[in-house]
Amino acid sequence: MSLQIISIILGSLTLASALMVVLSKHPVRSVIYLVVTFFFITSMYIMMNAQFLAIVNMIVYAGAIMVLFLFVLMLLNLNKEVEPTTTIGAQFAAFIAGGSLFLVLITALKETLILGQSYRHQDNQIGLVKELGNLLFTKYVVAFELTSILFIAAMVGAILLAKREKQIIE
Amino acid sequence: MDTALLIEKSILVVLLFLISLGAAAYMTYFERKLAAWIQDRVGPDRAGPFGILQPIADGVKMFLKEDFIPAKADKWLFIIGPGLAMFTALITSAVVPWGPKLHLFGRDISLQVADINIGILYVFGVLSVGVYGIMIGGWASNNKYSLYGAIRASSQMISYELAMGVSAITIVLISGSLSLNDIVAQQSGVWNVLYQPVAFLIFFICALAELNRAPFDLPECESELVGGYHTEYSSMKLGLYLFSEYTSMFVSSAIMAILFFGGYNFPGMSYFSGNTLAILGIGAFAIKIFLFIFVIMWIRWTIPRFRFDQLMHLGWKTLLPLALINLLITGLVIAFKNGWF
Repeated sequence: MSLQIISIILGSLTLASALMVVLSKHPVRSVIYLVVTFFFITSMYIMMNAQFLAIVNMIVYAGAIMVLFLFVLMLLNLNKEVEPTTTIGAQFAAFIAGGSLFLVLITALKETLILGQSYRHQDNQIGLVKELGNLLFTKYVVAFELTSILFIAAMVGAILLAKREKQIIE
Repeated sequence: MDTALLIEKSILVVLLFLISLGAAAYMTYFERKLAAWIQDRVGPDRAGPFGILQPIADGVKMFLKEDFIPAKADKWLFIIGPGLAMFTALITSAVVPWGPKLHLFGRDISLQVADINIGILYVFGVLSVGVYGIMIGGWASNNKYSLYGAIRASSQMISYELAMGVSAITIVLISGSLSLNDIVAQQSGVWNVLYQPVAFLIFFICALAELNRAPFDLPECESELVGGYHTEYSSMKLGLYLFSEYTSMFVSSAIMAILFFGGYNFPGMSYFSGNTLAILGIGAFAIKIFLFIFVIMWIRWTIPRFRFDQLMHLGWKTLLPLALINLLITGLVIAFKNGWF
């Protein structure tokens, strides 16, 4: 019962901070609200006894990616005057694009509800490092390795893009 | 939930909080005395015998100074910044095993607030979030020197986190666990530093960079950036920034002692048992932490500051490849020992 109350409170706080990301006027504040949102998501993983996912979410999203976001935003001089004005057409296009992404995500996540049932009745150790590692390197090893190849390809691509112009350092 | 356990943990948390703050306060005194000794001066000697009350005088001074917020600053973020820095510096100590189990009032008391089985990842998680205090404070000041300090701090911390993480993975490979408690318990015989001297060296250098300590103290490089990210800060807000640096120095010395120097283990510990062992273990751990702090301070007053491109060069082109090669060799040796070839 108390668990349910906690998850309701956490859920509403997550939604509130996620809304603040969109509603706050200043980009830097948006990023900070996004960091707060990631922390609430981390706490949800902990509620589900998924310690490893929780901490990875904290390191990768709240730690690394958001720091880079903040880093870039701090270097931009974001004043009210230089803010580009969006036309009605652009706003409409953004609405359509965002809405269709939302629809795709909803349909994709609907399937995971059914998939998740097969793990529910086991003991709730699935989120701990040992069980997750065993599962990743036995049952899902092909998917896991393919993902890592994809990541390496993306990394090499990013480095190539950054180094396209011949630079002389030193 | 066991009420006695709850009380026990609350006492431990409060005690840890006080010890971290006290240690940080006296580290400032120790640093000044050490600097004086290295530079052939006397150092603080006015407040109390040998100047032993100097940290208290400093604290009072910090509280009594005018608390100033610049007109163009982002007020809330300016206030949150130092608090965040202090918060992240303090919470790492929750997963540190400070000693063997203590037997008091008919109960076995574990000297670790939370024995989570991902302890080492928790440390890295807190570390990666630790940069926000400096970044937010530096940006909210609305001062170009503060901004430069914040940018330097964040890029430096992102760069050195990688090599640090990779060198810590070798320890995880050796001990087969992410829990700090297990890692310490496994070093009762041979300390990890003997297996992994290269990883230790990389980890130590990266820790210096993460702490923003000299020779990597570019975020507050006074000859270029006035005061770096805390240029605009005054009063206890500045105090919190300075304090958080010493607190994280204390905690990261503890982490290094745990990962590479056996934590509370000491030679000849099989001759003791029970509470004597626990107290001696805490003592040994404290001595190791003290030695690490001493070495970090010694480096500050010996080695001149790096240039920023040298810093990036060292992090990305020297330490990271070295850490990766070290990881590869460790993995191969472990695979060979397990008979995979």
